[in-house]
Amino acid sequence: MPPLSRWYIKGALLYLVAALLVGVAMTGPAYVHMLVVGWITQMIFGVAYWMFPKYAPDAPRGNNAVAVATFVLLNVGLLLRVVVEPVRAWRPDLLPGWLLIVAAAAQWLAGVGFAVTTWPRVKEK
Amino acid sequence: MPRVSAWFVRTALCHLVVGFTVGALLLADKGVPIAPGLWTLRAAHVEVLLMGWIVQLVMGVAVWILPRFAVRRAPQRSAVTAWLAFALLNGGVLCVALGGGWVMVGRLAEIAAAVSIVAHLWGRVSPAGLSAI
Repeated sequence: MPPLSRWYIKGALLYLVAALLVGVAMTGPAYVHMLVVGWITQMIFGVAYWMFPKYAPDAPRGNNAVAVATFVLLNVGLLLRVVVEPVRAWRPDLLPGWLLIVAAAAQWLAGVGFAVTTWPRVKEK
Repeated sequence: MPRVSAWFVRTALCHLVVGFTVGALLLADKGVPIAPGLWTLRAAHVEVLLMGWIVQLVMGVAVWILPRFAVRRAPQRSAVTAWLAFALLNGGVLCVALGGGWVMVGRLAEIAAAVSIVAHLWGRVSPAGLSAI
């Protein structure tokens, strides 16, 4: 299994536990996104990066820099969201709203990055 | 991977980008209000990511990965049920995302897609070797 897939899958496992712990205290959008993005989507990204058909013999998983950036952006964006959103719901003056724009942009870039790097690996046979 | 799986997976990737785009706009709007009308897209965001991305990707990968003895026994029937599931699922997601009176039509199409993919996959789930008998 490539290192990036290990990071994705371990990240997904941590989000599963964290989401269920958070769910004891609250079940808002942050909790739902920890499960759907942090656990399910992240697990899909990790397994797809590992198992999908090879891009090319010399670069089996395509552009490595984009793939690593996708992992970082997904996790930074999601982590920022799950901290900032509940805090702002409680005390809007405590953290600036533009932090949620950063979180949104980071996760959007991660989604596009995954789609762009995975598309050429979807090969008919 | 078989052609129908490639279509499932590519379409799932399209839904991922569309769903993440709407989701990013909604999240950004929570931080700095952009347009209150954006929130009418919330149901479409959920539908596109849950059914269009996750469910569709799982269907595509299952059609690709599961043992193929049953496909070799009845290739025509297998191809029809898999393609039917693909068409019904995507028609269903589109209808539900449109909202209003289309939601029930979409849900029925998604149920039909589920029945079709079950018909395709059921015979392929068996212990190693037994499905060849």
